[in-house]
Amino acid sequence: MKWILLIVVLCVSGPAWAGEARPLADDPAAEARLKHLAVELRCLVCQNQTLADSNAPLAEDLRREVREMIAKNMSDKEIIEFLVSRYGDFVLYRPPLKATTTLLWVGPFVLLTIGATALVITLRRRAHKVVDAVVSEEEHRKVEQLMAEGGKRS
Amino acid sequence: MNRFLLPLSIFVVVVGFLAVGLKLNPREIPSPLVGKAAPDFSQPQLYDREKVFSPADLKGKVWLLNFWASWCSGCKTEHPVLMELAKSGEVPIYGMDYKDLPEEAMAWLRQWGNPYSVIGMDDAGRVGINFGVYGVPETYVIDKQGVIRYKQIGPLNPDTVSQKIIPLVKQLESQ
Repeated sequence: MKWILLIVVLCVSGPAWAGEARPLADDPAAEARLKHLAVELRCLVCQNQTLADSNAPLAEDLRREVREMIAKNMSDKEIIEFLVSRYGDFVLYRPPLKATTTLLWVGPFVLLTIGATALVITLRRRAHKVVDAVVSEEEHRKVEQLMAEGGKRS
Repeated sequence: MNRFLLPLSIFVVVVGFLAVGLKLNPREIPSPLVGKAAPDFSQPQLYDREKVFSPADLKGKVWLLNFWASWCSGCKTEHPVLMELAKSGEVPIYGMDYKDLPEEAMAWLRQWGNPYSVIGMDDAGRVGINFGVYGVPETYVIDKQGVIRYKQIGPLNPDTVSQKIIPLVKQLESQ
């Protein structure tokens, strides 16, 4: 009986918590634009989350600002400029290519080139070593002998 | 010996980068607003909601704008430093009560003291957004022309005040 009651209570109370994640969309098109913008923007409080994911109060406020700017018919570029002028490039998940970010953009390719060059050089050297190894008559006989012994043992 | 030289030098370089990386604080985001005009606002004052607090009234003065809130623990840490600075009379401190309830803010100031000349209310956090605030406390040094000259992220401590804020204020005042 207790169990049935518990199940009933859980089923009934479900919609009560569902209210928390209520969609804020009065205008689905605006909300879609907000979502599209918010995944490109970083929440400054919890720095590894996007503005779309974060529940920090500042992220909520910024989403509200972005929503208002969308309602004012501002372009994506203008909205991003609004945020960058206040919070700097840090707010962008994709940093722009500038003098200060060159290393960030070019660095991985430089490392890749260095790695590839090192690999090619090592492989070439190794190839030479293998070719250069000369087996003398004496060594050859020893190998044969050892292999024969190994065969007997197993 | 020679064959260890290359790996060792790579190791030293990597350690060097990591050592520098450890000392960087990812929470300190350089503000693009330093060197630019402080955003304008006109906010109701905490102690008199009829009156407005606006940076336009402070043209010709060097002043500090401190974003704080009664719910913010860093502000409690910073508070004695602000009280000390206010007592010294080196520079006027103006407060912006960020996303706070007026009753709680007033109770907080009654308990710990009020270092501010005037306090504005930023209920919605809009002034904060315009100043690029992303966590209280934050403090801005604003010069006579209304240009932001310095931004402190996080609590002020006695060292920052004596080594950065006061020399900067003196320099700006002599201009």
